[in-house]
Amino acid sequence: MAAATKPKLAVWKFASCDGCQLTLLNCEDELLAIADAVTIAYFPEATRAVVEGPCDLSLVEGSISTPEDAERIQHIREQSTLLVTIGACATAGGIQALRNVADVAEYASIVYAHPEYLSTLATSTPIRTHVFVDAELRGCPIDKGQLVELLAATLAGRAPRIPTYSVCVQCKARGVTCVAVAHSTPCLGPVTQAGCGALCPSVARGCYGCFGPQDSANMTGMTERLVAAGVPRADVVRLYRTFNAHAPAFRTESERLAASGPQGGRQP
Amino acid sequence: MTDHRGDGSQVLQVGALARVEGEGGMRLEFRDGEVADVRLNIFEPPRFYEAFLRGRRFTEPPDITARICGICPVAYQTAACWALESICGVKVTDAIHTMRRLLYCGEWIESHALHIHLLHAPDFLGYDSAIEMAADHRAVVERGLRLKKAGNDLMTAVGGRAVHPVNVRVGGFYRMPDAAALRALKPTLEQALEDAFATIALVAGFDFPDFEQPYTYLALREPDRYAIESGSVVTTAGTAFPVAEFGRHIVEEHVAHSNALHAKLDGELYVVGPLARYTLNFAQLSPACRDAARAAGLGETCRNPFRSIVVRAVELAYAVEEALRIIDAWTDGAAPAVPVRPRAGEGCGASEAPRGTIFHRYVLDADGLITDAQIVPPTSQNQPSVEADLWTAARAWADLDDRTLTLRCEQTIRNYDPCISCATHFLDLEIVRS
Repeated sequence: MAAATKPKLAVWKFASCDGCQLTLLNCEDELLAIADAVTIAYFPEATRAVVEGPCDLSLVEGSISTPEDAERIQHIREQSTLLVTIGACATAGGIQALRNVADVAEYASIVYAHPEYLSTLATSTPIRTHVFVDAELRGCPIDKGQLVELLAATLAGRAPRIPTYSVCVQCKARGVTCVAVAHSTPCLGPVTQAGCGALCPSVARGCYGCFGPQDSANMTGMTERLVAAGVPRADVVRLYRTFNAHAPAFRTESERLAASGPQGGRQP
Repeated sequence: MTDHRGDGSQVLQVGALARVEGEGGMRLEFRDGEVADVRLNIFEPPRFYEAFLRGRRFTEPPDITARICGICPVAYQTAACWALESICGVKVTDAIHTMRRLLYCGEWIESHALHIHLLHAPDFLGYDSAIEMAADHRAVVERGLRLKKAGNDLMTAVGGRAVHPVNVRVGGFYRMPDAAALRALKPTLEQALEDAFATIALVAGFDFPDFEQPYTYLALREPDRYAIESGSVVTTAGTAFPVAEFGRHIVEEHVAHSNALHAKLDGELYVVGPLARYTLNFAQLSPACRDAARAAGLGETCRNPFRSIVVRAVELAYAVEEALRIIDAWTDGAAPAVPVRPRAGEGCGASEAPRGTIFHRYVLDADGLITDAQIVPPTSQNQPSVEADLWTAARAWADLDDRTLTLRCEQTIRNYDPCISCATHFLDLEIVRS
């Protein structure tokens, strides 16, 4: 393929840990083939070179948490034909969205001696709060297989095959013993979107929801099940308030629980 | 970008540094041809980890603090575990300690292979990226990717996932990997060993400017092995202290141009990372690694930060050797974790992240909830030295054209493998005891 006709790929970073864009570099077997199939227009973690926009595909990592970033994402959207968010920060605000249920001024004063040096917003919000998003990959971090599927589908001009069912489906398909049923281990698998391959149950651990809520999550049912298994309500709130705390289903249920009594109201 | 201003001064600015982890920039100011100001700007948005850790359960920091950095999550998980276990009065078994070291070897292999091949080597070979470099040096880039994959495979086998492993808990692991699964990695690691020694030979042939650092080095030390997952603090200034006392020696300050705090050791700037570890613990490397280091032109100490790429390659080979040694000796049957009951108190933990020593400190209440947390990552400790190196570099190379000077300065920063996401989330000076 001639260089001029190769699609342009850009990777943008907002508030995040870099783990999702690292997942692209972790496609060791595919990386050079991907690099051959696209022109990398902007990917500062990997290259100094910058190619002028517009871009055919922008991958966006991280959440919007500063006034400057709220502006920057608008410019990126304008110059991107397709914009895909990668990971829990970009799709749900990330763990830094815990500030959304706290006082950010207090947060800043706990961490920094001079909060006045900082430029930060009171909230950490997902990219789609600010601009239209064409597709999203869940996960903290994203799954390498899903990323390769997304890139391959985009290059082929088809929709990526990204399941929206629960972790339980993958767990059964993998033949992993159900940790909730067999050992009464608290597990968010029933309400969490598949994609990781049921990693936590495969190491005898309950799912902690790092792919965020699945498309038809029964949150009150999940809460009842956890409470019946002996999980204190404050711990249930904490379970929902981690890497996808601002995702609507998790947020609504954690707010309902936190408001529902002295036990449930314990911070955070 | 260079800006020639009306008053005759000149500002050289790199808005966004490439091939580093996270978002930072650099600003050099010259007046009358003399360096007037140097700043490493960190504009990575603050995420306030130490703040939202308050009120979380003592079991949560390994998962939560892993998210500070996608490249070195095991460093965070391990330091958090040591700190919380010390508060709860728990000592893990030798088998769990060894498995932590094995998981950590995976992270060193992955992170060092990434930095050497994808981030740092393009500076020496004159490319904007490893992808461009692959056009002329495909076998080198493929070898680097193969090494990186070996590290990721090891992290996946032990930790369940290469980025943000899921198998780590306070007290040990959720499930101990079985010996057969570990032994299945041996062919991959044996190839990695050959690749790592080839990498040492490759990077030894790069051109290095004469550049010596006078700074104090700080690293962990173990009595019987090259410190990776644990140890006690030693420095080239002759001080030594247990990890629990780090707050008495290491103090951080918040400067206006950076969202990362600057750390000082007893008031002086200091360096953590591969050069510090190598210089302080050279004798504990394996004979093969010591020989390869000598053949690569290194002495028993190294004070040239540009040669950090060679030291990283030596450590990469050591981590592969260690992984093979641990896997060969591993037998099934060890309990995955020791039980941990919370109790009120304060505790510290540290480990050697690929880019340097990381410290954690937590305070728990009697219910096992965190009331205070402090995390001192390597990049905040190295940031003053990065700036000091930039002063030296800018003075030494002020006569170079702007493009070349910019590249040299970027390389000066990349010498440290800075992890800017890590460095941006700092601590409260009020809680530092001095």
